[in-house]
Amino acid sequence: MFFKHLQKVLKENIREYGMFIALFVIMVIFTITTDGIFISSRNISNLLNQTGYTAVLAVGMTLVIVIRHIDLSVGFLAGFLGAVAAIALEFWGLPVYLVIPMILVLGALAGLVTAFPTAQLGIPSFVSSLAGWLIYRGALLLVTAGTGTIIITDDAFNAIGNGYIPDIPDIGILPEIHKVTLLLGLIAIVLFIFNELRSRKKKLEYDFEVLPMDMFILKLVFVSVLVGLITWVLSGYNGLSWTVVVVLIVVALYHFITTQTVVGRHIYAIGGNPDAAELSGISVKNLTFAVFGSMGMLAALSGILFASRLQSATTTAGTLFEMDAIASAYIGGVSAAGGVGQVTGSFIGAIVYMSLTSGMNLMNVDIAYQYVVRGAVLVAAVIFDVATRSRGK
Amino acid sequence: MNTPILEMKNITKEFPGVKALDNVSFRVTEGEIHCLVGENGAGKSTLMKVLSGVHSHGTYTGDILLNGQLQEYKGISDSEDAGIAIIYQELALIPEMSVYENIFLGHEISSNGFTVEWNETIKRANEMLKRVRLDVNPSTKIKDLGVGKQQLVEIAKALHRDVKILILDEPTAALNEDDSENLLNLLREQREQGVTCILISHKLKEVIEIADTVTVLRDGQTVCTLNAAEGEISEPVLIKHMVGREIDNIYPSREHYIAEHVALEVKDWNVYDPQLGRELLKDINFNVKKGEIVGLAGLMGAGRTELALSIFGNPDGYHTHGDVFLDGARVSFGHPADAIKAGVAYLTEDRKGNGLILIQDVKQNITLANLREISKRGVVDNNTEIKTANQYRTSLDIRTPSIEQKVQNLSGGNQQKVCLGKWLFVKPNVLILDEPTRGIDVGAKYEIYTIMNRLVKEGMSIIMISSELPEILGMSDRVYVVSGGKIAGEMPIGEATQEKIMDLATDY
Repeated sequence: MFFKHLQKVLKENIREYGMFIALFVIMVIFTITTDGIFISSRNISNLLNQTGYTAVLAVGMTLVIVIRHIDLSVGFLAGFLGAVAAIALEFWGLPVYLVIPMILVLGALAGLVTAFPTAQLGIPSFVSSLAGWLIYRGALLLVTAGTGTIIITDDAFNAIGNGYIPDIPDIGILPEIHKVTLLLGLIAIVLFIFNELRSRKKKLEYDFEVLPMDMFILKLVFVSVLVGLITWVLSGYNGLSWTVVVVLIVVALYHFITTQTVVGRHIYAIGGNPDAAELSGISVKNLTFAVFGSMGMLAALSGILFASRLQSATTTAGTLFEMDAIASAYIGGVSAAGGVGQVTGSFIGAIVYMSLTSGMNLMNVDIAYQYVVRGAVLVAAVIFDVATRSRGK
Repeated sequence: MNTPILEMKNITKEFPGVKALDNVSFRVTEGEIHCLVGENGAGKSTLMKVLSGVHSHGTYTGDILLNGQLQEYKGISDSEDAGIAIIYQELALIPEMSVYENIFLGHEISSNGFTVEWNETIKRANEMLKRVRLDVNPSTKIKDLGVGKQQLVEIAKALHRDVKILILDEPTAALNEDDSENLLNLLREQREQGVTCILISHKLKEVIEIADTVTVLRDGQTVCTLNAAEGEISEPVLIKHMVGREIDNIYPSREHYIAEHVALEVKDWNVYDPQLGRELLKDINFNVKKGEIVGLAGLMGAGRTELALSIFGNPDGYHTHGDVFLDGARVSFGHPADAIKAGVAYLTEDRKGNGLILIQDVKQNITLANLREISKRGVVDNNTEIKTANQYRTSLDIRTPSIEQKVQNLSGGNQQKVCLGKWLFVKPNVLILDEPTRGIDVGAKYEIYTIMNRLVKEGMSIIMISSELPEILGMSDRVYVVSGGKIAGEMPIGEATQEKIMDLATDY
């Protein structure tokens, strides 16, 4: 009975769970090949911090690809805005609490500018964002021309990319363990279980279809164990980093917007069939602006995370970020045909992508082979996606 | 003169669920202009697709004989090699290429099989242009020519390949009177030169003017073949043969619920398409009352869909001029969203193209146009959504295993019901239905008609665009006939007959 249910649920949701299975397999392989170094607290913590700036881009790129567009400009936009942030902090002496919102707003504006030729004039986004790619690359070189690399000395700013959330003072129990992280993990598990139970109860009240009880419990146990494991691993090092906090907030917010709100549904409708969406009273133009605006803002955030992590703005910051983000989104199950893809998928895709880099670095694999492997994984992920899509009806 | 150059014998072609051609026989004499007439969906285009190899040998039953020899075309290139050229209503020219490039596209002149001899090409193109009496520079790009001239380029393209049979599918549908006259003259000249011509046309006057022989198709069957020389061709005769079927009993009985109150009125409405560069609609006046079903009859391409779109927020960016009144108040919709908000809904004729989001499920499609209704502060209430969708699933009897089924997996009739559900959920006062029963089976048709009756009983006004005359007659309270972008006539249902409507619809 139990296995029959499990088989059925897995079969029906192979696409959604495929990503997690892939991540799990990759992690196991690297853990074996690196004698466990890969799964160490320190490495996982590093891995997640490195994923941060790609992950936020991948989240924004998900929406862009869902509405059948692409944004190539975001890599150098992130680099450029990171440099602007550095200049504002170091040369203009602006406080960090002013610089961050300013950079985010600038990013959103830049996104709207990229969207203009596409949304207003119907020019392919590949072209308009390629123009942005060139322009921001030039702009980045321009603002760093006099100084070269700009070292950032603001501690608060640098903490975003390097700092960890504070812990309560050592009171003797669980030494060496980040207790606040552990506590947050526990709270997250409790909230998750509570939320699932409530929504199940409500669905049953309405007489709607729900998972069979054994599968429901399995899901609760699985997710709880997963979250528990991750928090345990993280709390064994420095705890939750600010980068991870920021990324989790972004992913949660965008997941909520895309799955629960009217705007989110309209975005997926446009991706599914722009003509039908327009005739259903949805303004394709306005939402195209909105999606590119959000992409620009997330590019700004990515630039902040990266500059903060390096504690400096460099002349090459942002190089190929856009490609990493696009690859992450495709690995995460976003369809190039539009209308299909989840931000959580892209987030996992980004982690998979970074895991490959991290694992192969630990194995001392030559960078040339690393690119080949990443390309192979990308194409394998997309083939898997296409193969399961035609079945998953 | 009497040898048949082409004979199609007992052609039967079935599509899933529909018999498009049922034992059709068709005989064309060498050197004549043979017209093929019939209502939309009578099977004319399908027959020509069988002839040209679009429907390849083996997908139909029956024989094609060319000069007495059995033909088995596997594709268009086979029929082209045999000397058959077909020119579709949608021109197959490449707008960004020049006239001469288009004429020789796919048959480029080359002596070594690798490089194109452009000088020779231009010279030959000039000869062809002279033959079709088109006085343009062959280097002109196609996009810079009017539709009439483009049509001539298509013919030149066909003729240079030494065609024996030239097929034209509604060549004059998009042309003005002068261009049409030119084209007909050209066909007469080609006849002199021995080209046999098959012409599909809805314009009966034109058919009478030019045809040597006319074959009438109806519901996928040959009705009769008429001969001009024996004086058998006249408009009433043609119309009688085209529509001469009994209206079967597939319409639910109707009561009339019409109130005096005018729900929607359109006055002196003119629509110009800046992309095509021509006027689509001219001086349109019509209205629909509360509780009334108004039928907009006419042939495909008459401008009815454009009329609906131009009123419904004008998403294609036409230039419009004139007034629309909703419940007596003048309105102007800048976007479909405005129209929906004001209580006007438009169910598109192409449900897969611009009606449904095929990759989404039944529930998401039904709620799409009115998500605000089931959301609080921008957040969709999933439970209310499921309830809403189930409600429409029950009331419209949408047959689906679950409301979470993707609509691409539903049958045509059920897809149409999902479309209908979507528009009923916006709770409109005026519902425009564009070909509401196209491509769905008889049972589903009946159900949709029943739903329409229920809606007008509840006080809704329905504008029904339909190319099927029986449907117009079976469902409308009042009929407008649209022809060539104009309202050609209006009549209460009591006075409407198939003949009358067809007469107005074909009168350009």
